[in-house]
Amino acid sequence: MSVLVYINSANGLHKSAFEAVTYGKKLGGDVTVITTGNTDSGTLASLGKYGASKVLVDRSFKGEDDQQLTRVIASAAEQTAASTVVFSHDLTAKAVAPRLSVRLKAGLVSGAIDVPSGDGTVKVNVFSGKAFGAVKVNSGKKIISLLPNSLQPEETGVDCGVEDFNGNAGESKVKVLSTKKPEGEIPLPEAELVVSAGRGLKGPENWGIVEDLAKALGAATACSRPVADIGWRPHHEHVGQTGVAIRPNLYIAAGISGAIQHLAGVNGSKVMVVINTDPEAPFFKAADYGVIGDAFEVLPKLTEAVKKFKASGN
Amino acid sequence: MPSFENLGFMKILVCISKAPDTTSKIAFVDNNTRFDENGVQYIVNPYDEWYSLVRALEIKETIGGNVTIITVGTATDEAVIRKALAIGADDAVRIDADPTDAYYTAVQIAEYAKTNGFDLVLTGKETINYNGSQVGGMIAEALDLPFISLASKLDVNGTTLTLEKEIVGGLQVVEVALPAVVSCAKGMAEQRIPNMRGIMAARTKPLQVVAPVAVDLLTSYEGYSMPAAKSACKMIDPSNMDELVALLHNEAKVI
Ligand SMILES: Cc1cc2nc3c(=O)[nH]c(=O)nc-3n(C[C@H](O)[C@H](O)[C@H](O)COP(=O)(O)OP(=O)(O)OC[C@H]3O[C@@H](n4cnc5c(N)ncnc54)[C@H](O)[C@@H]3O)c2cc1C
Ligand SMILES: Nc1ncnc2c1ncn2[C@@H]1O[C@H](COP(=O)(O)O)[C@@H](O)[C@H]1O
Repeated sequence: MSVLVYINSANGLHKSAFEAVTYGKKLGGDVTVITTGNTDSGTLASLGKYGASKVLVDRSFKGEDDQQLTRVIASAAEQTAASTVVFSHDLTAKAVAPRLSVRLKAGLVSGAIDVPSGDGTVKVNVFSGKAFGAVKVNSGKKIISLLPNSLQPEETGVDCGVEDFNGNAGESKVKVLSTKKPEGEIPLPEAELVVSAGRGLKGPENWGIVEDLAKALGAATACSRPVADIGWRPHHEHVGQTGVAIRPNLYIAAGISGAIQHLAGVNGSKVMVVINTDPEAPFFKAADYGVIGDAFEVLPKLTEAVKKFKASGN
Repeated sequence: MPSFENLGFMKILVCISKAPDTTSKIAFVDNNTRFDENGVQYIVNPYDEWYSLVRALEIKETIGGNVTIITVGTATDEAVIRKALAIGADDAVRIDADPTDAYYTAVQIAEYAKTNGFDLVLTGKETINYNGSQVGGMIAEALDLPFISLASKLDVNGTTLTLEKEIVGGLQVVEVALPAVVSCAKGMAEQRIPNMRGIMAARTKPLQVVAPVAVDLLTSYEGYSMPAAKSACKMIDPSNMDELVALLHNEAKVI
C-alpha cells in the first residue's frame, strides 16, 4: 500500500505536518510527501523522521490556487499509485480535498480524529462535536483529512530524500490581489493551549490580562462570538459553532457563560478550565476545573502562578 | 458599493441543506446506526441561510437576477425549503434523494447546474450536523470551475467577482471570473428574518422536484457514539491559583 501526504510548507513546517506524516505512517505502507514552494530541502528531509520515505516538491508551483494544487496532488497520487491521500484538516485541505475526491473518485473523510479502527471505519466529530461518527469509505481510493491535535507526532526514523517533482499545475483562474497574514501568531486551530474570554471581560481595553496569561503559558487567544461581533476582538478568534472549532490540550475560558453554541466549538478540548463569577454558569458542567471568581482578580493571579511555575524550571 | 455595469442579470444557485436546531438533543437509535429524529426541529443550515442566501438576494436586488435554491433531500425537507423561499429566493429545486454522502450530493447539484446554466453557485461553509466542508469544492471540481472557499466578502464587478477569503492564518483578496463556486462564511451578510408577506409568498413559489442521477456512494456512516461522560468539575479556590497550576501539571498533564 502507498500513502501520499500533502504538507503545506509555505510557512515552514508546523506540528500539524508532523502529525499528518505520523498518521500516514500509522496507516501502514510506504509514505510519500507532496509539497510545493520554496522551503529548503534540508528542512523537508526532516519529515523522514516521522515516517516519510521520500518528499516530492513541486518548486515551479508557488501559487495558492486550489484548482492548481489539486492537479499537482492528483499527479503525485497517480505517480506513487497512492491508495490513500492524507491532509491536515486546515483551510487548504477544506478547499482542496473535496476537489481531489471528485478528481480521483476517492471517498473523503474530513476531520478524522483517529486512525482507522479494526473494521476500517474512521472516527470523526459530528453534530458540532456532540457525538462521533464512524465513516466507511466504499471506494478503492481514500482521502483522509486529519483534525489538528488528534494524535502526537512520533519520531521513528531518519531524514529522507527530497526529489523535485513537476505536478503540471496548469493555468490559474484565480488572481490574488493581496494577502494579509499576521506574523508570528500561533494559528488558533493548531494551538495546544488556548486562553479565551467572553462578555464577562466588559470591554476590549481589559484584554491585557487575557493576553498576559496567554503569553505566560505560550498559548493562543480566543473569544466568544458576541465579543467578536461587537468588535472587541478580531473575527478569527471567535470559537464555537459559527466560528472556529478547536481541540487544544488546555482551554481556559474566563467570563464566558458556556452556551451550547460556544461549547460546540471547544468541547473537543482535552482539559477545560472555567473562570466565572456565576456558580450557575452552564460552562461549569462541561469543565474539568472550575474557579468561581472575578476574572479581573483570578486571571492576574493565575498568570503569576504560571510564571512562578515556569521560573521553577518547568 | 460595487458597480454592476456589464452583467445586469445574474443567475445564482444557492445550495441549502437542513440542520437540526442547535438546541436539539443528540441521540441515536437502531443500535447507534441512525440519528434519532424524534422531536428534532429542522432549520435551514445557518451558514446557508445567513450568509449565502442573503448575499445572493443582495446581489439580485442590486444588479438584477434570479436566485434558485437547491436541496438534495426527501419530501420532509420541503418545510425547510419553504423557509428559505420565505426569506426571498425566487424558486426552489429539490433533488429527490437522501443525501447521505457528500460526493453523491455534490454530483447531483453539479448535474443540475450544468443542465440549467448558472453564473454563480453558492454553498455554506459547512453543515453543522456533519461538519464536512465537502460539498462546495466537490461541485466545483465536477463542473471544472474555480472554487473560492470560506469567503467572507463577495462583490460583483461586471463578470468578475472580488472576494475576501480566509486562508491559513490570514485573509486574502482574490479576483475570479464568472462562473464560479463560492462557499460562504461569516462576514458575508447579516441574517434576515422573513416577514409575513415573504412567508405567504413562499407558499406559492415554484418548487420543482427532480429525480436523482445514478451516482456511487463513496462513503457511509456505519455508526455513532457519544463522548464519555465528563467527571465532575473540580472546584478551585480563587485565591489559590498555585493549586490550579499544580493540578494542570501533575494531574491533567497539559502544562
Ligand atoms: C445559531 C447560533 C450560533 C451561535 N454561535 C456561537 C459561536 O460560534 N460561539 C459563541 O461563543 N457563541 C455563539 N452563539 C451565541 C451564544 O448562544 C451565546 O450568546 C454566547 O456564547 C455568549 O457569549 P458570552 O459567554 O461571552 O457572554 P454572556 O452569555 O453574556 O456571558 C458572560 C459570562 O461572564 C460572566 N461574568 C461576568 N462578569 C464576570 C467577571 N468579572 N468575571 C468572570 N465572569 C464574569 C457571567 O456570569 C456570564 O456567565 C451562537 C448563537 C446562535 C443562536
Ligand atoms: N443535501 C444538500 N442539499 C443541498 N446543499 C447541500 C446539501 N448538503 C450540503 N449542502 C451545501 O454544501 C455546504 C457544505 O456542506 P458539507 O459539505 O456537508 O459541510 C452546505 O453549507 C450547503 O450549502
